[in-house]
Amino acid sequence: MTPELKGFVLVAVVKTAAVFTFLMLLVAYSTLLERWIASWMQDRIGPNRAGPKGLFQPIADGLKNLLKEEVIPDGANKVFFVIAPAISLMAALIIPLTIPWAAPIPLEFDMTLPVLGRFVHHGATPATVTVLPIGFLWVLAISSVGVYGIALGGWASNNKYSLLGGLRATAQMVSYEVAMGLSVIPVLLLVGNVSFVEIVSVQQQGPFSWLALPLALSAFIFLVSGFAETNRVPFDMPEAESELVAGYHTEYSAMKFSAFMIGEFTGMVTISMMFVTLFLGGWDIPFTHWDEAGGMLQVVATAGVFFVKMLFFLFLFMWIRWTLPRFRYDQLMALGWKIFIPMGLAYILYIAVALWLVDGPLGAASTALRFGLLFLFNIPVLVLVFRVLDRGRLIRGVSVHLPASASRPARAV
Amino acid sequence: MAIGVKVMQRPGREASYMRATLKGMALTFRHLFRRKVTMQYPEERSTETWTLSPRWRGTHRMLTDEQGRSKCVACGLCPQICPANCIKLVPGEDEEGNRYPLIYEIDEFRCVFCGYCQEVCPEEAIHVGVHYENAEYERGRFVYDLERLSAQTHPVSSLWDPTDPRGE
Repeated sequence: MTPELKGFVLVAVVKTAAVFTFLMLLVAYSTLLERWIASWMQDRIGPNRAGPKGLFQPIADGLKNLLKEEVIPDGANKVFFVIAPAISLMAALIIPLTIPWAAPIPLEFDMTLPVLGRFVHHGATPATVTVLPIGFLWVLAISSVGVYGIALGGWASNNKYSLLGGLRATAQMVSYEVAMGLSVIPVLLLVGNVSFVEIVSVQQQGPFSWLALPLALSAFIFLVSGFAETNRVPFDMPEAESELVAGYHTEYSAMKFSAFMIGEFTGMVTISMMFVTLFLGGWDIPFTHWDEAGGMLQVVATAGVFFVKMLFFLFLFMWIRWTLPRFRYDQLMALGWKIFIPMGLAYILYIAVALWLVDGPLGAASTALRFGLLFLFNIPVLVLVFRVLDRGRLIRGVSVHLPASASRPARAV
Repeated sequence: MAIGVKVMQRPGREASYMRATLKGMALTFRHLFRRKVTMQYPEERSTETWTLSPRWRGTHRMLTDEQGRSKCVACGLCPQICPANCIKLVPGEDEEGNRYPLIYEIDEFRCVFCGYCQEVCPEEAIHVGVHYENAEYERGRFVYDLERLSAQTHPVSSLWDPTDPRGE
């Protein structure tokens, strides 16, 4: 190996280790955060016994799960039962590796290590484990692999509740994947690239260029589909503890159950990261170009900003979970297929026409003007969705409107 | 699908899912900073909003006189009135003709903590106590003998007073 290749490998390994460690720590502590927020919202104190303020709770939980007995049910399909949590965890863990979480890191070294030899690295390296040119296409592809974990787990358990949970998960995740895919196409139209690095760099061009404004409806659909993708409340039909015991992971215990849990929380982290990257400027610090200058200080600052933005969405996930009740299954499917998919398709057309108008007849020269005009185009859409459609049409109640002739006088029962 | 259900035509502000969601989120967010109601039990046994009532009827206590002898005169009223039949009393008599209990046992498992024994006792000897922590490792340990009943130190119940029904 040449010294340059060795340097590249070294940097890649260090970045992978760093991201993986950070991710696992974040996931561990988001379980604690979830329990804290749950209890605070219910006027309780929450976990406060393990270590100072309960900060060692994730460690205690992890140890407990490692030491517990692993039960594999007699009737289960052993092979699939064992791989299912692994698939679910793996699919969740590899997605964040493509997301840039800070400004490019300036790295220059030329060193010789005792056994391994000479390592050379020149120039800034992007603060992401891998710069994938296919960006979010890859994310969409991998996140559909996650469905296999849940569906397999539910099916291999040989338990009716697990199977129902697995089936629901499959139907739900497949439907909302379509909505999610449609919601990122306007980003592609506007940026012209699916690479996360490119998307972030477009959003750095001045104030108000975060895509959440010019593509507001996309952001909304993406966020809601994200909730559905990660099976979080109000879309937690696959688990639905009040009707399906624990859904697809009813039969799982100890570390395999933990793997599903880590998968779910990593999914939350991933969706938060994706939303921040696609619609909230990624690691961009607003109203300044200082963060693009390059340098170690900038790297730290932008990583911090990215973390704060992501943490807000993690909090939002938990906030919603402890606020909303679960949807009915038909409401969930209707929202996915009858509302979001047509809405997403129509929005793609609308944005395409709006973009053509902005770039062509209106001739917006600067990016700021372009995004501003696009935002103006969004206002009628938002009014339509949130004022006109959101009157019992987005989420339907239990009863339907019937023509007068169809309604009969109530009979005594 | 329900047949002939009357559907209310509600105004938009009531029918909107988004607005209802935001309202709910505002509510849960306010609760984040509310005072917590949890009582940290083993460390904290009472708060300003919650204390054990002085009328609480818990584990029994036998009171003793100045010489440390139990006040019980083995009259037999408490086993008589006990609805759960949990008091075992074998009376004895000394040379001077004073009656005292040879055996006095209360099975706290059978006891329903009605407090009749305290009400009926003419000597104010047996009492129900303001106390509730009586876990043991063996079932046999729940039969309290005279010695153990006398050794308890917790406050005794003030029971319900018909002349002061609200405890004022």
